[in-house]
Amino acid sequence: MKILVCISNVPDTTTKIKLAEGNSTIDTAGIQWVINPWDELSLTRALELRDDAASGIKSVTVAHVGPASSEPVIRKALAIGADEAIRVNANSPDAYYVAAQLAEVIKKEQFDIILCGIESSDYNGSLVGGMISEFLGIPSASGVSGIKIENGTAVVTRDIDGGKEILEMPVPFVAVVQKGIAKEPKIAAMRGIMLARTKQIKVYEPSAVEPLTNISVLEKPAPRSACRFIDAENPGQLIDLLRNEAKVI
Amino acid sequence: METVKLLKSGEFLVAETSPDDVFIPEEFNDEQRMIAQTCQDFLEAEVYPNMADLEKGDRELMKRILKKSGELGMMGISIPEEFGGFGQSFVSQMLVAETTGAGYSFSVAYMAHCGIGTLPIMYYGNKDQRERYVTKLATGELIGSYCLTEPGAGSDANSGKTNAKLSEDGKYYILNGQKMWITNAGFADTQVVFAKIDNDRVMSAFIVERNFTGVVVGNDEHKMGIRGSSTAQIYYNDVKVPVENLLGKRGEGFRIALSILHMGRLKLGANVVGAAKKAVTDSVKYANERKQFGVLISSFGAIKHKLASQVIRLFASESAVYRVSRDIDGMMETLKADCGDTGRASIEAISHYAVEAAILKVFGSEMLDFVADEAVQIHGGMGYSAEMDVERGYRDSRINRIFEGTNEINRLLVVDTAMKRAMKGEFDLFGKAEALFNDLDKITGGESSGESYFIEKSRYIQNFKKVIMICIHGAVKQFAKNLINEQEVLNNIADMMMETYVSESLLLRVTKLENLKEIKPVYRDILDVNVYDTAEIVRKSACDAIYSFASPETTTSLIKAIEALTTVRGVNVKDARRRIADKLIEDNRYGF
Ligand SMILES: Cc1cc2nc3c(=O)[nH]c(=O)nc-3n(C[C@H](O)[C@H](O)[C@H](O)COP(=O)(O)OP(=O)(O)OC[C@H]3O[C@@H](n4cnc5c(N)ncnc54)[C@H](O)[C@@H]3O)c2cc1C
Repeated sequence: MKILVCISNVPDTTTKIKLAEGNSTIDTAGIQWVINPWDELSLTRALELRDDAASGIKSVTVAHVGPASSEPVIRKALAIGADEAIRVNANSPDAYYVAAQLAEVIKKEQFDIILCGIESSDYNGSLVGGMISEFLGIPSASGVSGIKIENGTAVVTRDIDGGKEILEMPVPFVAVVQKGIAKEPKIAAMRGIMLARTKQIKVYEPSAVEPLTNISVLEKPAPRSACRFIDAENPGQLIDLLRNEAKVI
Repeated sequence: METVKLLKSGEFLVAETSPDDVFIPEEFNDEQRMIAQTCQDFLEAEVYPNMADLEKGDRELMKRILKKSGELGMMGISIPEEFGGFGQSFVSQMLVAETTGAGYSFSVAYMAHCGIGTLPIMYYGNKDQRERYVTKLATGELIGSYCLTEPGAGSDANSGKTNAKLSEDGKYYILNGQKMWITNAGFADTQVVFAKIDNDRVMSAFIVERNFTGVVVGNDEHKMGIRGSSTAQIYYNDVKVPVENLLGKRGEGFRIALSILHMGRLKLGANVVGAAKKAVTDSVKYANERKQFGVLISSFGAIKHKLASQVIRLFASESAVYRVSRDIDGMMETLKADCGDTGRASIEAISHYAVEAAILKVFGSEMLDFVADEAVQIHGGMGYSAEMDVERGYRDSRINRIFEGTNEINRLLVVDTAMKRAMKGEFDLFGKAEALFNDLDKITGGESSGESYFIEKSRYIQNFKKVIMICIHGAVKQFAKNLINEQEVLNNIADMMMETYVSESLLLRVTKLENLKEIKPVYRDILDVNVYDTAEIVRKSACDAIYSFASPETTTSLIKAIEALTTVRGVNVKDARRRIADKLIEDNRYGF
């Protein structure tokens, strides 16, 4: 069996986001890009399965939709241990576009298990995984916090309200994973880093797909205004402020 | 590798370097960045969460963490592939040293293992020794240590009493003696031990295994800092060391010890950069959270002054670290082609840069002490709390001025080594110095109208070098062979050499950055303040030296020349520092 891990690159979580001129994109100057944390955990789990001879997983591929400038992040995935990498050479305007491109890749290359992060830490859309399964007409499970292979069958654990749901999944399928899928992201070993140099990144040109959405404007949350304390003995003042200053009642 | 003009060690005193000939950290490739990221991830996953237990003295834990770093390949960076490592360039080795330098006592244990514990065998061992030991040290299967210091032999390392005698059957050296302050002693499997065979004048080096009969490791010392690292005495009582474990030739030990120390000093220079980056980030994070008088303390000019001063020294130090590293790589390439052995070529290249090694060591350790001290101060009372990283950082920093040769010894080495190299004819120092000295009255600052920003800065640096040469010539003329006993004057000269080398490295970096179109005004601010400060240090050190050696008749003209050569354009240091601090405050971490 073959696993595909879909990875996106996101600004390092400590980045202070600035908006670019026109306020419809972020200013990428000086940003350090990293693998989306959920995808990194998916990759870690995929590699654990591959390295367990009993699982029957033969290889792990990563796929990314993005321009050549995002190759360092793909290289990092290879250094962590992915066997192969695919890049669809296009910017990613929206989730629909990305999912459509990835679905095309999957059709060409045939994977058994497709792992997507539940969201990416930049736009937090939570859309791509579900859309891929829809494009391909294959089952998907979301909120997946565990995956194992038992006697050749994939078993996933989903977190549901108040408990867990355990499902056997027929391949091929999409698993939309969340934290818990692996304990800690795997650190790239020096040998992996050196090997990554020798691995090819396969580049596909994008298929003709029109994005469905368009970002017209990004706004930063308004800075929180100062907190005012009102003496507990003085509820009248609170009512007065809510009515006359905040004008909410 | 493209051809760059390679400076000899110490030659910077008389040469001008082009920015194209230096390596700057902004030029790391993706692979190098990934290597550094792995080290950083390792600190965050394995070291920081365990720091409290390490500090309490859990040596088993330290050993486990060291071994884990070995499993990740972090111990194989400097080891050629044929001996189980990754054969990385010296620049990459220094990047790893820098990144792991933020690991407090782990960093000391790790560096002692990878550096002084492993590399003597890699560099001087024969094939058999390399195969038996280096392949296992490179993966962490074995942990190494380096045993030079003795109770009676510290700075005067060759005065040790540890002795080796060949056994009657000629199969063993019988080792007797005592070593002190040995890092990793508590758990190291191998020890590179220096001892004199019979009544030899100089030492030889031996590879000793911890479990050889007669090796006794004492209790760990209670230390001011780096408490997570094991430091203990080791006693050798009739230890039978197989003759195959003599490292290098008989009597080669002192040379091995010194060469390895050059390497240790360079790596220490990189270590402290990493430690300082962590301390600056801790400082600005705190300053961006702590409010007094209703505002964040990062808004106060006094705090900005501290933050900016930390950044300036750190950024300058880092510039020098990678400048030397690239020179060493260049020298290694040349030597490897000549001698064929990577190990020998590496250590020859490293030892060649002894002047710069001592500069990085002294300047870097004092930079870190400054940064760590201000980090505590920015934290106020919290900085004094044992719960804070900056408190540990402050205590841990202090050792760097003591080991790998004290800063006093290294200051002497900076001047002494450069002069010896010049005397060997590697570059013309004395001729130029004499010419300057004899023409004192003609000396001016050399200002020309309309010179560009960088030309002006370079002129200042060249002027500082002239000051150094004048002082060297004057001191040699006055004291001749006795100069060696005039340590105060040598210290003045060393200080000037260090500041000038670092400022020049900074200038080259900023020039190159602008050539690469990475124009950020804040880099010029860093350079402005640094050169302005260096001018003052050079002026003061030169005056101190001159008043100490010059006859009253020559003093006036000497001082006049020094004043001319150290006059630099005034800088609005307040605004420059504020701009530097503001960038740091905005980034909320060290990101220069
Ligand atoms: C935590 C720790 C770890 C260490 N790890 C190791 C290790 O792994 N292996 C190892 O072999 N050693 C190790 N050392 C030893 C260390 O290298 C020595 O402590 C150091 O070289 C200084 O020697 P000393 O302590 O005997 O001081 P001394 O040599 O007694 O120096 C005392 C003072 O006199 C000054 N001084 C000495 N000679 C001169 C001179 N000629 N001119 C001017 N000033 C002078 C010194 O600079 C210093 O200020 C370690 C030490 C410590 C504290």
